[in-house]
Amino acid sequence: MDLDRSRPPSAVPSLKRSTERGARSALIAFLSTLVFFGAFAVVVVNSEAWPAFRNQFFNGEVFVDAWPIVVSGFWLDIQMFVVAEIAILAFALLLAAIRALRGPAFFPIRMLVIAFIDLIRGIPIILLILLLGFGLPALRLTGVPNSPLFWGVVALIISYSAYTAEVYRSGIESVHPSQVMSARSIGLTQTQTLRHVVIPQAVRNVIPALLNGLVSLQKDVALVYILGVREAVREAQIITARSFNYTPYVITAVLFLLISVPVARFADWYAERDRERRAGQS
Amino acid sequence: MKRLSLLLAIALLAVACGTDDGTGDGGSADCELGDISTLDLKADGTLTVATGEPVFPPWMIDDDPSNGQGFESAVVYAVADELGFEPGQVEWVRTGFTEAIVAGEKDYDFNVQQYTITEERDQVVDFSDGYYALRQAIVGYADSAAVGATSVADLQALRIGAQIGTTSLDYIENIIEPEQPAAVYDTNADAKAALDADQVDALVFDLPTAYFVTAVEIEGSVILGQLEEVGDQPEELGFLFEEGSTLVQCVNEALASLRDAGTLADIEQEWLAQGGDIPTISR
Repeated sequence: MDLDRSRPPSAVPSLKRSTERGARSALIAFLSTLVFFGAFAVVVVNSEAWPAFRNQFFNGEVFVDAWPIVVSGFWLDIQMFVVAEIAILAFALLLAAIRALRGPAFFPIRMLVIAFIDLIRGIPIILLILLLGFGLPALRLTGVPNSPLFWGVVALIISYSAYTAEVYRSGIESVHPSQVMSARSIGLTQTQTLRHVVIPQAVRNVIPALLNGLVSLQKDVALVYILGVREAVREAQIITARSFNYTPYVITAVLFLLISVPVARFADWYAERDRERRAGQS
Repeated sequence: MKRLSLLLAIALLAVACGTDDGTGDGGSADCELGDISTLDLKADGTLTVATGEPVFPPWMIDDDPSNGQGFESAVVYAVADELGFEPGQVEWVRTGFTEAIVAGEKDYDFNVQQYTITEERDQVVDFSDGYYALRQAIVGYADSAAVGATSVADLQALRIGAQIGTTSLDYIENIIEPEQPAAVYDTNADAKAALDADQVDALVFDLPTAYFVTAVEIEGSVILGQLEEVGDQPEELGFLFEEGSTLVQCVNEALASLRDAGTLADIEQEWLAQGGDIPTISR
C-alpha cells in the first residue's frame, strides 16, 4: 500500500506508542462500560418494583418449564427460515435479472416483474400470509396443498423476494456501465453479460444488505403462527396466556439473538474485509 | 363510657359482617321463598334483571329477554317464580358485559349473560351459585371427520384447533392429547378460516361459546359433541350481583329448590340440548 511507503522513518517507535495508547484506551473503555452499566443495573435492581418485574419477565421456574417447548418451536422456525432464505435469494435474483434486461422484446415480462414487485411490497405481509395460508386452500382446488406451514413459507418467499429483488437491482445499477460496454464489445450477449459480468459484481456489492434482510426474515418467519402453526413465538404466547408470565417471550428473544447476533457480526466482518480487499486492489 | 365501648363493638361487628370475604355468598339475609316483602330489592315489588345487548340463542330468543324463551330467560323466570314474583313483576334492563364486572352499586338486582364465576371477578362483585356447569364442546361442519366420535380416543387422530388462552386449549392438550398438537388461533375468525381451508377437522370451545359460534359466527357449523367434564370443579355460570348484595342468599335458595325439583335440568334439556341430539363424547 502506498501509505506504508510515505511513512516517515520514525514510524516504528510511534507504532509502539500507539499500541500503548491503544491498550490504555481499551482499559478506559472497559472501565467506563463497567461503571455505566453497573450504575444502570444497580438503579434497576434496587427499584421497588424490581422483584415483581423480575418475576414477570425473568422467572427461573417458568424459564425451565418453557425452555424445551419454545426450543422445539424454534427448530421449526429455523427450518422455515433456511428453506425460505434459499428460495428468496434465488427467486429475487431471477426477478432482478429480468428487470435488468434491456430491449423492447423484454418489455412485457419486465412490466410484469415491476408490477409484481410494486404490488407485493405494498401488501402487508400478514395479509399475504392469510391470503395464501387460509384463502387459497379454501378454494379446495385439486392438487393444491392446504398445509398452513407450506403456504406460510411461500408467502414469506414471495414477500421477501420483492424486497430482495430491489436490493439486487441496486447492486446491478452500482456496476459501472463501462463494465457492460466492455463485455458487449468483446462479443458477450446481453444475458451472458448479466450472468458473467454484472451479477457477480452486483451480488458482491449488496451482500451486507442481503445479510440485513436475512436477520429480518429470521424474525418474520414467526408470523406464520397466525395460521395456527406452533413455532417458537406461538409456543411462548400459549404459555404466557396460561401463566400470565412473559418469561417465555424472553426465551424466544434469547433464541433469536443466538442467530441474529452472529449474522450481524459476520455482516460487519465481511463488509470490513471487502473494503480492505478493494483498497488493496486500487 | 361502658356504653360507648359497647356501641363501638356493635358498630365494628356490623362493619365486619358487612365486609364481604369475596367468596360470593353475599350478606346474610332471612328470606322466605314466595314472600317478596322479605327481599332487599332495587325497586319495590319488582325484580330488576340486567342482561346483554343484544342477547342471542339459545340463551334468549328473538333478542327479547321478557318472553321467557331461551335457557337464561327461562331460568330467570323460574327463579323469580320461586322468589314469589309474577312474570309481570320482572323488569329487564340492558348492560354491557364487562361494564357490569366492576365494583360499586348497581341499579339492578342481578345481571345474567353467561358470566363465568371466577375468583378474580368475585373480588369486585358477587355471584350466585352456578345455574349451569360449563362443558367443552367440539364444533365442525356436518362433514367433519369428528362426526360420530363417541370417545376422546376417536378424536386423537384428528386435527383439532382452539383459541389461545382458553380452557378449551387446555382440554385438548391435557385430555384429548391428539397425535398432532392442537392448532392455536388468535381469533374465532382465524379458526373459521382454518376450518374452511380444511386445515383442521374440528374446533373445541366451551359450550356457551360453541353455541354462539355455531349460531352466529361460523355459518354452517354444528356442535358435534359435548366433551365429558373433568376435574371436580367445572367452571360454572352464575348471576352477577353487586358486592355484598343480600339478595344472593335468597336467589341461591331458589336455585337450590329448582335444582332439587329437577326444574333446572328440564330447562337445560329444553333449551341447551338442541333437541337432545348433541352426543356426549366420553373420556
